[in-house]
Formats: sequence, C-alpha cells, structure tokens
Amino acid sequence: MVLRLLKYGLRSDYPVTGDIPVTPTLKPAYDVVIIGAGGHGLACAHYLSKYHGIHDVAVLDKGWLAGGNTARNTTTIRSNYITPQGIAFYKEGVTLYEAMSEELDFNVMFSQRGQLTFAHSEATLRSFHLRAETGRHMGIGIEVVDQKGVEALCPHLNMDYGGALEVLGGLWHPDGGTARHDAVAWGYAAQAARRGVEIHQRTEVTAIEVAGGRVQAVVTNRGRIAAGQVMIACGGMNYDMALKAGVELPIRCYPLQAMVTQPVKPWLHTLVSSVSLHTYLVQSSRGEMVIGGGSDPYQLYSTRSTLDMKEHLAEGAVHLFPFLKNLRLLRQWAGITDMTPDYSPIMGESPVDGLWLDCGWGTWGFKATPVAGKRMAECIATGRVPEILQPFALERFERFALLNEMGATAASH
Amino acid sequence: MKLLSCPLNGPRNIEEFQYLGPLRGRPDPDALSDADWARHLFRAENRPGAMLEWWRHRPSNYVFLAERHTVTNAVIRTFDPSELEPGA
Repeated sequence: MVLRLLKYGLRSDYPVTGDIPVTPTLKPAYDVVIIGAGGHGLACAHYLSKYHGIHDVAVLDKGWLAGGNTARNTTTIRSNYITPQGIAFYKEGVTLYEAMSEELDFNVMFSQRGQLTFAHSEATLRSFHLRAETGRHMGIGIEVVDQKGVEALCPHLNMDYGGALEVLGGLWHPDGGTARHDAVAWGYAAQAARRGVEIHQRTEVTAIEVAGGRVQAVVTNRGRIAAGQVMIACGGMNYDMALKAGVELPIRCYPLQAMVTQPVKPWLHTLVSSVSLHTYLVQSSRGEMVIGGGSDPYQLYSTRSTLDMKEHLAEGAVHLFPFLKNLRLLRQWAGITDMTPDYSPIMGESPVDGLWLDCGWGTWGFKATPVAGKRMAECIATGRVPEILQPFALERFERFALLNEMGATAASH
Repeated sequence: MKLLSCPLNGPRNIEEFQYLGPLRGRPDPDALSDADWARHLFRAENRPGAMLEWWRHRPSNYVFLAERHTVTNAVIRTFDPSELEPGA
C-alpha cells in the first residue's frame, strides 16, 4: 500500500483509473437487460456476473448512474419490520451490508450505530412490544427501552416530560445503521463493469416487446435490444415501465421529501425516528443532519419540494432537538416512492415470462439493495424464486396474502 | 400556499382538503372473477398524466371530484359528482 502510494506520487502524469467505463455502443442483443441503473439494478448485475457466470448483461438508465431514488433516500439500514417475512428479508439485507465493503473492495462507510424509535403514546409502546417480540423470534437485535433507556441512548433528546409529546419509551434496534448511498451504487457498478456488464446511461426504454406471453426485446432511444430476460428496477417509474409490457402493478406513486442541514460536529450517534411526528434524523459522516421523510398527501410524479412539507419536517426535528433551531438547511429534495397497498415490495415473477419485477420499494428500497440484488440475480439465473422472496410475489394480492408493513417506518403514510 | 378551488366553497388553502384517491368503477362483486375483484380492490389509477380523483373539503365535509395532472400537479378542473359524465 505505502509503496504503491509512493510510486503513484512520484510519477509525473498521475494516471487516472476509472472504475466505471463510459457508456459503450449498444449491442443488438443481451442475455439479461436490467432497466434502472440504481442500487438494485447494479447489485443484481454484480451478483449475476460474480456468482452466476452471467456476463452478457446491460443495465439501462434514462438518466445517470444512481441518480434516482438511490441518490434521494435517507440511507437508513435496519430490519425491525412487522411481519416475520419482512424481517427475514431485511435481516439478510443488514447482514450483506455488514460485509459489503469487503465484497465490493469499496468503502461504503457502513456505520452500524443502531436505530432508536420513540413512542409518544401507550398505543405506540404496545406496538413496539409486539415488534420486539417478533424481531427477537426472528433473531434480530431489538428491544423496548423505558424512559431511562432512551435518555441513556440519546442524551440530547427533548423528553417533553409532562407534555403532549412526552417520550414514554423507545424501540432500540442495535443492528440498524447507515451507509454512503453513492458508494453502494458505485461499488456494485465497478464490480459488475469489471466482469463485463455494460452500463448504459442516458438510455431510455420507450417500449417492451412481448410475444407469445414472453418478453422479446426492449426498445430504447438508442435502438432495439433483444433480451432473454428483463428485470424492472426503476424506482418511481416501475408502474409506468411494467405497463409498457402490459403488466398492471398495484402501485401508487407519492413523492417523499427530505432535507439536510449545514454540517456540525458529531453529536447524534444513533439514528432516531418518531412515528407520531413523521420525522427521522441521522447525522451523516459529513456532519449534516439528514431529516426525513414527509410523504405528499396525494399521488404525484414530481420531485419538487414544498414549503409545508419542509416546515413539517423542521417542526418535528426541532421538537425532538430544540437546539437545532438555528441550523440552516443546505439541500432539499424529493424522490418518487412506488407504494403498494400493503407497504411491502413486489419481487419475483410477472405474468410475462422472462420479465422479472423488483418493484414497490416505496420508502424502504435502500436498505434492501444488496439482498434484493442477490436474490433477484438468483431468480434470473435459476428461473426459480427463492423461498425468501416468495411472500413478496405479485400474485399475493390475488390470494389476499398481504404483508402489512404499514407503520414500520416514520415516513408519513 | 397552494390553493384548490372547491366547487362549493371557492378557492381554499389545500391544507383544508383531504385526498381520497383516484376515481374508480363500482363493479358488481358477484359478477366478477376473484382475480378481477382483487384487481378492483388493489389496483388504482397511477398513469402519469391527467387523472380524475376524489377530494373532500374537511370543514364543510363536502366531497367532490378534481381532474389533476400527476406530473405537473396542475388542477385542470374541479366539479360536483353530479356532473360526472356516465362511463367516466
């Protein structure tokens, strides 16, 4: 390492090695076409090329690498969900994050600092007990803590003793953490590109050709591509994309708004969240306070920000930590979340042969990036849906086998 | 402050309104297959573009329809449900 650095430093031309090649010429056919070069699509390409020997893969994106919801989420990684099926899935996600920097030879800055969710009412506290019991049964780190426990974990918190929003206790999830979202996407992209996967930026899919109940090709603004298999993983545009193949998904799109403040010295170790205030906060490794997440109250495909939603987020954050009131906002944004009726994702087969779905990620896509990529690659390579994904099938709605995860996040829905 | 024009109360702050989701048909449950019934229950209009949807003015508890563009967020028109064209 030291010798390599010295050698590099003494060279006169400082050669640049690019991790991700520039967009190549589009070939007329690929074994696998992945629509969406976000975290999920790139992770799937990585697992296909590294573990399944499938290298003839094109990852298409109408914009640029990881510029959609991969860049717009608030980087929370956790597995404290409500249903056993959901917990099992996200638990594998957390495990993969723990090993991700080694897996990708790329520092994703995974920081397992734990997540603390506050209860401001007895009803919330009761639901926490249920979540803690289910979580413990499924083998994740989770426990209900009392007021003293909350104070010990988060000494800066305004407990609001005697007030309307008194913190009565919390749900402590030591497995929770955060990572650098761009690094996750770049790490997967670099690994996949090294193994022959082509990443095509600014390549918009305008049509999906289906014949005889099987996917045949995708048509893009740069030409037609015949494809053996196609995976849809384009976040907020999943509904619209699936419709191009004649598949109607039970998805409604809402913008989710978030923002960051100017950076300050490290003070907030844990990730904190309040379901009643629809607010969650994490201090990024740069010191910025990342504050999310307000869902707009009506369906929309726009990533504009609104003053009322930002005011609402600021109000929640300042209530929890009154000393934040003098911080200035640095950036604000929104991402389009694709919400399903039961607030769980849709993964696996579609009614069209060879067309795979990695959709309905709503407000929890980032934490699932490695596990969704790994398991969807398994689907594509083997043609079989692994057991861990089976509860998330699209046809669960026809079987009325819904997976209710409403309230498993502080995002307002 | 964004305004929404209520057919009964005129332009009001949009915070006074509740969104009730896209307009959808009312099929006879006995006449549908299970798959179509599930589709009716779970699938909602979500195409980018103009959409007919239900809204409620909370203070007056008045429910009405709006046509809104789901990409630009422009409200094209609002009207009383009695003005809904048959088959829409």
